[in-house]
Amino acid sequence: MTLHSFFVEVMQVVTLLGLAPLFIGWVRMLKCWSQGRSSASIFQPYWDLAKLFSKDMIIAENASWIFRFTPYLVFGTAVLAGGIIPILSVDLPLAPTADVIVLVGLFAISRFFTALAGMDIGTAFGGMGSSREMTIASLAEPAMLMSIFTVSLANRSTSLSHIVQVIFSGQSVVRPSLAFAFLAFILIALTETGRIPVDNPATHLELTMIHEAMILEYSGRHLALIEWAGMMKLFLFVMLGIASFAPWGIAGTEGFVEIIGAFFVMVLKLGIVGIALILIETGLAKMRLFRLTEFLGVAFLMATLGMLAFYILE
Amino acid sequence: MIVSPIEIASSSVVLLMLLVPAAALLGRNQRLLIAICSVFASAASFMGTVAGVMAVGSASVERVVLLLGLPSLPFHLRLDPLAGFFLTVIGLLSLFVSIYSAGYLRGFLGHRPVTRLVVFYNLFIAGMFMVVLADDALFFLISWEAMAAASYFLVMFEDESQENRRAAFLYLVIAHVGAMAILLSFGVMAGIATGFESFGGYTFDAMRQAKIPLEWATVAFLLAFFGFAAKAGVVPLHVWLPEAHPVAPSNVSALMSGVMLKTAIYGIVRITFDLLKVFPWWWGAIVLVLGLVSAVMGVLYALMQHDLKRLLAYHSVENIGIILIGIGLAMIFTSSHLTVLASLALIAGLYHTMNHAMFKGLLFMGAGAVLHATHERNMEEMGGLIHRMPWTAALFLVGCVSISALPPFNGFVSEWLIFQAFLLSPSLPIPLVKLLMPLGAALLALTGALAAACFVKAFGVTFLGHWRGHPRPRVQEADWLMRSGMLMGAIVCLLLGILPTLFIEWMDIVPEQLIGYKLSTSAGAFGWMWLTPLSEERASYSGPVVFCGFILIFAAAYLILHVKAGKIRRGPIWDCGFEKINERMQYNATSFSMPIRRIFGFLFRVKEEVTLAPQSAHGAFPRRLHYRLRVKDRFWNWIYRPIVEVSFWASRRVGGLQRGRIQAYLIYSFITIIILLVFVG
Repeated sequence: MTLHSFFVEVMQVVTLLGLAPLFIGWVRMLKCWSQGRSSASIFQPYWDLAKLFSKDMIIAENASWIFRFTPYLVFGTAVLAGGIIPILSVDLPLAPTADVIVLVGLFAISRFFTALAGMDIGTAFGGMGSSREMTIASLAEPAMLMSIFTVSLANRSTSLSHIVQVIFSGQSVVRPSLAFAFLAFILIALTETGRIPVDNPATHLELTMIHEAMILEYSGRHLALIEWAGMMKLFLFVMLGIASFAPWGIAGTEGFVEIIGAFFVMVLKLGIVGIALILIETGLAKMRLFRLTEFLGVAFLMATLGMLAFYILE
Repeated sequence: MIVSPIEIASSSVVLLMLLVPAAALLGRNQRLLIAICSVFASAASFMGTVAGVMAVGSASVERVVLLLGLPSLPFHLRLDPLAGFFLTVIGLLSLFVSIYSAGYLRGFLGHRPVTRLVVFYNLFIAGMFMVVLADDALFFLISWEAMAAASYFLVMFEDESQENRRAAFLYLVIAHVGAMAILLSFGVMAGIATGFESFGGYTFDAMRQAKIPLEWATVAFLLAFFGFAAKAGVVPLHVWLPEAHPVAPSNVSALMSGVMLKTAIYGIVRITFDLLKVFPWWWGAIVLVLGLVSAVMGVLYALMQHDLKRLLAYHSVENIGIILIGIGLAMIFTSSHLTVLASLALIAGLYHTMNHAMFKGLLFMGAGAVLHATHERNMEEMGGLIHRMPWTAALFLVGCVSISALPPFNGFVSEWLIFQAFLLSPSLPIPLVKLLMPLGAALLALTGALAAACFVKAFGVTFLGHWRGHPRPRVQEADWLMRSGMLMGAIVCLLLGILPTLFIEWMDIVPEQLIGYKLSTSAGAFGWMWLTPLSEERASYSGPVVFCGFILIFAAAYLILHVKAGKIRRGPIWDCGFEKINERMQYNATSFSMPIRRIFGFLFRVKEEVTLAPQSAHGAFPRRLHYRLRVKDRFWNWIYRPIVEVSFWASRRVGGLQRGRIQAYLIYSFITIIILLVFVG
């Protein structure tokens, strides 16, 4: 591990921790504008987190250690994933630790524990959230894997850093299978990050909430960690999509200047993705829970078709 | 080496066999019986493990011919790395379960004598050891039957309930149909080996050297696969498994699910890769497709269960499916001469074999501890056990995380390896199989995600929340023996998850001997920390780094936040201001899986009935609501019902011959003699 790559690793994690709330602020601001409301400051998520961190906590009487352990685990997996996905540069010492399948596994373990924490208190809300979240995940996760597999097959690697490098070296060509994979990935990213039309991050209405229902009992610093991890998850999914489908701008293994360039390209891309996200969110209404089967079924089918197309056409 | 592995292995079998009469003699003093037999069974299992580890480690092949058995048909024993690997799996779990049993069996003291249980328990482990050691068809089948019969009596242990007797009978029938198919398969191979002229072909060596024509090899393979699939619980031959495994005592369920099913996997690998050696790709495709069907159906059925042990039993169907996916892929790759990929897939399958033994053993032991403490198998009544049984809960959670294939535990590693094998399949030359690959990967991914959902349900409903049942039992934590048996299983699950490279290096000799490629040269090329199946560019995983990363970030976040920590106040649950919240309002197993039941309901026979009991005065305000749900296996009606009906019909017809009059019987004998004279003479 050279000094340079170590520096890149630290930079990445700092970027992730620092920019994830800003991106959420940007998305919320755009949403307000698109709906003709005046918005809060783009920095509002930071104030929210700071407020939560300084508050005292109240925990239900029968909460077990699972309830108190989960926020740290969820936060830890998000940070760990940030050290693996090439956000700024492909020269990451942690990159060989985990490939995309492991990344999906990391998201899965944080969801597993969040669902358990939802059931820990023993209210109907928590159980409802866990049940819905796991049902949706059991359809979304395979679709996610299939979409990622198509990218890996096209680039002959499951390691994200290598995928980016292969795309840079020009060995990768545009394939119809990748189009399927990309469409599936968008649907899945909306699902996994709990955006409309799957879940509404702004609601606490009992009949519609999914993710919020599981974390309803959290307060104080636990809630802050979970909220922050949620912001990072959205950020990471954007980065995952960029790295697998449009990595241009991510720095190679050379000097510091390139990384600063990569940083600005990344901010630009985030801005554009934010606009696209809001276009989708304002254009669609939230779906009923059992209509989601079709939505996710389409994603799963599309991802499988993408992989089938790869096998047939290659 | 002073003692050779096969000597250790056979002495452990002898020790277990000696325990059988010893246990029968000690029956008067139950406490002493449990103590002595547990100690010696643990010792024998430990010896078996040591023998297996040594046999794999030294890559030696040893043979012994025993002067037992029928005249001129002696028993042959052979310990090669493949047998050694399975010996290790069986021995290791038997060791943990034997330690656990020492505590578990004490729960029966004063209720019922456990002599029968202990006798057959030892015979059962000995039978499994002998199956993997056997090197001729005769000894193999004798051991196979000993194992099956012992486990039948173990399932029958609590024989006062009709449910248990029915389950055991069903198990016995399917086990024997399977054993018959295996017998026929060996008959075909042995017959071809000597040209149907002598009995000499009954040794595995003769079968290895025989040139079996493809059509006969196919017959032998299909028969053997049918027989072993019946034992392993492959869909649609799985119906006995969710009946028999839950009703057995929990230590026996752990062994049956954890390792007895693995002897069938051993049989499949032994017959295809070692005895027949050359096979066309479609054998592998059959194994792969049935593996996929078992995996998906197993996990979906598991999701519908609310009996904790039944749920685990259905997960065995799922995991056997995953193992068969690995083995099926290995067969397809072998037939296309892609030895590198074949050994990757075989390693993945065998790795999952080991993993499943460990976590399923652990989970059944945990379920046994819960059953022991609460006398309850129905999850709908449970809840909140994490407060009363913190150890059991934590160890059961390790099992749940492992079986759900989540990093950094062991289930993840083997599924990761299988995914890698799928992703390398574009180099296959057969177009038809190539189309199977994306579907296979999709179904495997679906299985993994559904398994996670199922174990959130299993753990969440059993251990979290509040107790749901009415009389709240006095629940006590499992004793130290049960806890240490589970703890060892949990530690092995973690070690297999974070140190996969070392384990693959150890077992690498198995694919090297069967397929002819050593995976560890590439898989361990970057040291023990990095698992790189083929090359660093394709894929890599580092269990230790992921594990340490978790701990570091966790510790950092915890410390930073606790420098100036805010106060924590405990308060009652938020009840939305209704003030009437009670335990029955929690989500339970049925409600948790309701969305999935709705999505995949077409695969089951679901009967849902809701009846409202109206109040006398106002029909609009129902007094009580009855909800009734029955989810049934479709396979029972499709396949087994017709068979049962036909056999009853046939036996009634044949029964018509029985007139109870001597004259009629004399006529039957007379007619038989005439027919024999006409046709044979």
